[in-house]
Amino acid sequence: MQSPEKSIALIALFAALTAALGLIPQFTMPWGVPITAQSLGVMLAGAVLGAKRGGLSMLLFVGLVALGLPLLAGGRGGLGVFASPTAGFVVGFPVAAFVTGLVMERLRGPIALSAGVAAAIGGVLVLYAFGMVGFYLLTDRTLFAAIGILWVYIPGDLVKVVVTGLIVRGLYQARPGAILSRG
Amino acid sequence: MLALTSDIQTPFHRLRAGWKLAALSLSTVGLFALQSPLWLAGAAAVTAGFYLTGGVRFARLGLRMLRPLWLVLALILLWHVVTGDWARGSAICLRLGTAVALANLVTLTTKLSDMIDVLMWLLSPLRAIGLRTAPVALAIALVVRFVPVLGDRARSLTQAWKARSTRPPAWRIVLPLTLSALDDADHVAEALRARGGVAAEFRP
Repeated sequence: MQSPEKSIALIALFAALTAALGLIPQFTMPWGVPITAQSLGVMLAGAVLGAKRGGLSMLLFVGLVALGLPLLAGGRGGLGVFASPTAGFVVGFPVAAFVTGLVMERLRGPIALSAGVAAAIGGVLVLYAFGMVGFYLLTDRTLFAAIGILWVYIPGDLVKVVVTGLIVRGLYQARPGAILSRG
Repeated sequence: MLALTSDIQTPFHRLRAGWKLAALSLSTVGLFALQSPLWLAGAAAVTAGFYLTGGVRFARLGLRMLRPLWLVLALILLWHVVTGDWARGSAICLRLGTAVALANLVTLTTKLSDMIDVLMWLLSPLRAIGLRTAPVALAIALVVRFVPVLGDRARSLTQAWKARSTRPPAWRIVLPLTLSALDDADHVAEALRARGGVAAEFRP
């Protein structure tokens, strides 16, 4: 059982970490699509903190974006984010982290593999479902265009799934007690 | 200060945050109910007028905040032109552009502290069912404090990497950055406990 102070500190620190990951210079895939590390923060929050704290952490992050902090990659933020076509992705952050944590808590295989599978289900499948529904609703049902645009980001997100697995394994080796999803 | 609030004074800065948010919600619902491109163009013109009350520099700032939107809107318009439904395409683009611009206007003209006050007011019914909202304010303060700290640390880790390698660091600094955030959380929790801690009812 974690103390309430520890829980609040972890929830806040992972929200801040997700913002800091958005500041890291983007790396560009060989075919020219820029990828930010931000959604790594979503996957890590779920895989490290577990479903409840991970979800709350991303809820805090999204709430602060709405309040007007420029926490999204490229310094974006404010209420306008939630009216733009990509709003579904941002709204999906808490659910994506929650599902990542939920899957992670139930898997008992090698830690890197578990974290990778959890990130693929929560951070890619769930997040894209939210993103596409958001795009569909906000652009008056032009879904086919949405699918065409989104394809280019999938390889980058698959890279992030592998990276999440490696990072969670690294964290587990350095601080075994810190992986709360394996508590 | 880590916030998007603009220093350029406009009449909107003087309005109460709660009223602005209520008006924004109503006008966004209205925008999504409108279908005719003509009415939507009118709404876009009114929004542009709102921005111009803050002067040309403020209006330019508003345009700059719409920049991430251009590419997506252009693709949507292109899609509808190709499928022969340009009226609907332009309606979608005008509606989204105006909705985002109006929402940005509220963000640009409202202080973070006022927004937090509105949030706490919205959360206050939760107190009636026994949930404490004070930890939310504490968590917000912690994030505001730690975003620049972790940002600086990410930059110094990047520089340390670049001093030793010709390849870009990409994701390799994320592990040490996350590890440092975990350790920060330990220190913060200890410091909070040392100052009396948060009351025991809150157990996430």
